[in-house]
Amino acid sequence: MSEIESRGYVRPEVLVSTDWVASHLKDPGIRIVESNEDPLLYSSGHIPGAVEVDWTRDLNDPVRRDYLGREGFEALMRRIGVTKDTTVVFYGDKNNWWATYAFWVFQLFGHDKAKIMDGGRIKWVNEGRELSKDTPSYPASDYKAAERDDKRIRAYRDQVLHHVEAKKPLVDVRSPDEYTGKKLHMPEYPNEGALRGGHIPGAASVPWAKAINPDDGTFKTAEELRALYENEAKIKPGDDVIVYCRIGERSSHTWFVLTNLLGYDKVRNYDGSWTEWGNLVGVPIER
Amino acid sequence: MAMPEKLTDTLDALAMVSDRGERIQILIDTAERFQEVPPRLARRPFPEESRVPGCESEAYVFTEERPDGSLDYHFAVENPQGISAKAMAVILGEALSGAPPEQVAEVPQDVVYQVFGRELSMGKSMGLMGMVGMVSALARKRAEAKRI
Repeated sequence: MSEIESRGYVRPEVLVSTDWVASHLKDPGIRIVESNEDPLLYSSGHIPGAVEVDWTRDLNDPVRRDYLGREGFEALMRRIGVTKDTTVVFYGDKNNWWATYAFWVFQLFGHDKAKIMDGGRIKWVNEGRELSKDTPSYPASDYKAAERDDKRIRAYRDQVLHHVEAKKPLVDVRSPDEYTGKKLHMPEYPNEGALRGGHIPGAASVPWAKAINPDDGTFKTAEELRALYENEAKIKPGDDVIVYCRIGERSSHTWFVLTNLLGYDKVRNYDGSWTEWGNLVGVPIER
Repeated sequence: MAMPEKLTDTLDALAMVSDRGERIQILIDTAERFQEVPPRLARRPFPEESRVPGCESEAYVFTEERPDGSLDYHFAVENPQGISAKAMAVILGEALSGAPPEQVAEVPQDVVYQVFGRELSMGKSMGLMGMVGMVSALARKRAEAKRI
């Protein structure tokens, strides 16, 4: 049993170790993808053979606030040489925050051959592993993407309103100050992009990074995660759960934990999140 | 009020670079010039009042007065992956140190977009804009002190 398997996750196969990645660098069935918040990191050195998927340029619609559509996703997959049979392994900065965001967007198009490198970029770097500045190039594929499916793992504002009215569970993964609305009242902080502070009524506060071991950026064990979400936030695997943050990036990390590590089968990410909810007229807010 | 001359020159030079990859490489090279605040000015643990609000790379700003009353700007960036914060620190330090504090006080925070382009996350832009804002605030304080 591998160390990752010993942590008791429901789907341990979605996580791979840095050792595993190091031994699959030349595997043609694997495409390693770096996704970061910091736009300079990939070019400063990345895992040899890794391609970059940038969340603004590659995953978002350039005009509307929305993700790319089928054609855009198809073009992206063709450009990075991914076929339906390619396993995509994501990693990135901020404890894989952006890697799980990219992972989640890929799931909107049903590319389920996807994994996350446990510990992300910082673990790879701290282990002194090789970094490359060469930008790899792969033969374009003929990937044919499915239409984007927003029903299964994505929530829109009206669905969130119904969810609140039905008193179903939500998890707010922002910082405690954002959850309480305190941050908007601290004038020395930059503007948060929302007119009102607070949280969606009934949401439990579980900052996303609590799922991570601060020492090495790896995910906590299933037992520790269950204590966090089930004992503290009072949610359980059969629940219909909506997670949110400011624009849906941090909450995709929590979506990944609940769905893949703890095996919840109905978790949706509200990517409108607080930048939408905190600006909506007339919606309920709790502080 | 006009922007400090060196900052204008830096922004003009970056504006000439239309290729994103080339701009990124320039900024990476810039970040490699980063030098942490000298120990004579500040040591760890750095004081909270020098910390840039909203910057997740845990950046700190410090000043040192020159004989002519202008300021040198020094930085620390605690996040080892905070390469953009380091690039921003080098640009601000090199372009604003020695400039009239009255001018530095008026540098708009959105110069961040002229440096990095528009493709920044909200969190990243908030942090980088926070660095500019803190430098401007320190310069404003100095300019006001000069007037008294």
